[in-house]
Amino acid sequence: MPPTTRSDISLRVNGETHVLTVDNRTTLLDALRENLGLTGTKKGCDHGQCGACTVLADGRRAVSCLQLAVAAEGSDITTIEGIADGEDLHPVQEAFLELDGYQCGYCTPGQICSAVAVIKEHAAGWPSAATADVRPDAEPVPLDAAEIRERMSGNLCRCGAYTAIVRAVARASDETKVTA
Amino acid sequence: MKEFAYSRATGVEEAVSLLAGGSEARFLGGGTNLVDLMKSGVEAPDLLVDVRGLPLGGVEVTADGGLVIGATTTNSDLAVHPEVRRRFPALSQAVLAGASGQLRNVATVGGNLLQRTRCGYFADTSRPCNKRVPGSGCPAIEGEHHNHAILGWSDHCVATNPSDMGVALAAFDAVVSYETVDGPGELPLAEFYPAVGDTPHVETALPAGALITAVTLPAAPVAARSRYRKVRERASYAFATGSLAAALDVRDGVVHEVRIAFGAVASRPWRARAAELSLTGAPATAESFAAAADAELAAAKPLAHNGYKIPLLRNLVVSVLTELAEEAAR
Ligand SMILES: Cc1cc2nc3c(=O)[nH]c(=O)nc-3n(C[C@H](O)[C@H](O)[C@H](O)COP(=O)(O)OP(=O)(O)OC[C@H]3O[C@@H](n4cnc5c(N)ncnc54)[C@H](O)[C@@H]3O)c2cc1C
Ligand code: SF4
Ligand code: FES
Ligand code: FES
Repeated sequence: MPPTTRSDISLRVNGETHVLTVDNRTTLLDALRENLGLTGTKKGCDHGQCGACTVLADGRRAVSCLQLAVAAEGSDITTIEGIADGEDLHPVQEAFLELDGYQCGYCTPGQICSAVAVIKEHAAGWPSAATADVRPDAEPVPLDAAEIRERMSGNLCRCGAYTAIVRAVARASDETKVTA
Repeated sequence: MKEFAYSRATGVEEAVSLLAGGSEARFLGGGTNLVDLMKSGVEAPDLLVDVRGLPLGGVEVTADGGLVIGATTTNSDLAVHPEVRRRFPALSQAVLAGASGQLRNVATVGGNLLQRTRCGYFADTSRPCNKRVPGSGCPAIEGEHHNHAILGWSDHCVATNPSDMGVALAAFDAVVSYETVDGPGELPLAEFYPAVGDTPHVETALPAGALITAVTLPAAPVAARSRYRKVRERASYAFATGSLAAALDVRDGVVHEVRIAFGAVASRPWRARAAELSLTGAPATAESFAAAADAELAAAKPLAHNGYKIPLLRNLVVSVLTELAEEAAR
């Protein structure tokens, strides 16, 4: 018997476990959208180049279009549908709304998932390519516009809403600090 | 995409024997290059052996102050590790300069070393390409090659190795450890990527079916003062058109030790030994830095549309080494 090219998997998404059978070729992105009906996560390029499909896997941002669903089994996935706390929007969502961090909104779920992680990565002391001195004893860098632009560069916006996106991420980062 | 079987390896021996079981089997790291190429039809494995569950993640400091980097360590975990940032800052900077946050979080060190070229013809299965289909020809030589090689290429292929991480690893004499069904082995990075010659499809010196297990960086005190600089066509999230990893130790105004490697100029990360030789013992001045760059770039053979890379690399050498020398003087 040839080895099977389908797999029975369980995917943990937004705190719920889903049991499904997938063709091994199915990406996490397609499994979320087509099998689980979670269409908030968007498909832009399908080649890792645009960030529209960004989700959190075990709290870390990842593109879901280059991740196979079968390989995602065992990780805790959070999509845009799971970012808010019930009816309470996440500070990043609030900031995007208040500051118009979008035009058409297509890239927005990916931008928001990415920004949630960017704020955590920065708080954890992760340097970026915009950080002048990456040595661990250097002064921590503020999450200023240059840092936000670099850290968010994996999320393209065809509408060019970048100016407002940068402001929204900065605002959300400040608010997260106040409430933390 | 062709159908394939999928299997998760839990041990190194299991992983190499599983791979040996498939005729067109591949290891799967983060999948950020392999899955992409499977979508384009460039890769068509019948079995994927997922290696991310192997106990090969993490960075350790060796007794002499070098580092052992596990092959499944993510690019992010490598770049943000305090000992990498302290001992080899250029390596941290190189990794941070590559791809995006959401790719670095899943991409692994092993996968990064084995990522394929970004030559457009290679990724387009409707076109000939000696690397993808040996003997079919190289349309890049007469065609689109503005970001192709200026050093070490052959008439069979002019593609570059796109890795940023690899450039820093080349500067710091990395050694790649691997495992096969016949036992373990090691390859210095300098021998890891063979010369292009007439076999551009042979991209590494790894034995067939080898699993990369770790990358070791020998202790290099000079690397504590090191830098990676990348030039690209937009400010971020693009492959290099030219890049440089350099480390410099100046004593009494004279270059005591220097490491230089170029990226985006050849089929492999290009260790600039002629430049290093020319600089060692020379005064740490912009004139010596320029002369060293010229010594290395004398061998460059630009194609019709990529001659810009020669002054680009020369300027990178002068500016980065000047900055490192000024920092040392402070
Ligand atoms: C949009 C985009 C932009 C990018 N920009 C950059 C950039 O600017 N700079 C840069 O350097 N890179 C860039 N990359 C490439 C990225 O760095 C690589 O895709 C990544 O490092 C590959 O790692 P992976 O674990 O995902 O590998 P995979 O895709 O899982 O594997 C790649 C290859 O390595 C093999 N492999 C994996 N692990 C092992 C192992 N342990 N032993 C043996 N074989 C193994 C696989 O079989 C496969 O052949 C970019 C990628 C994308 C999609
Ligand atoms: S440069 Fe190399 S990879 Fe590109 S088309 Fe020519 S043979 Fe193929
Ligand atoms: S759809 Fe995944 S990065 Fe574009
Ligand atoms: S808001 Fe339209 S693509 Fe970003």
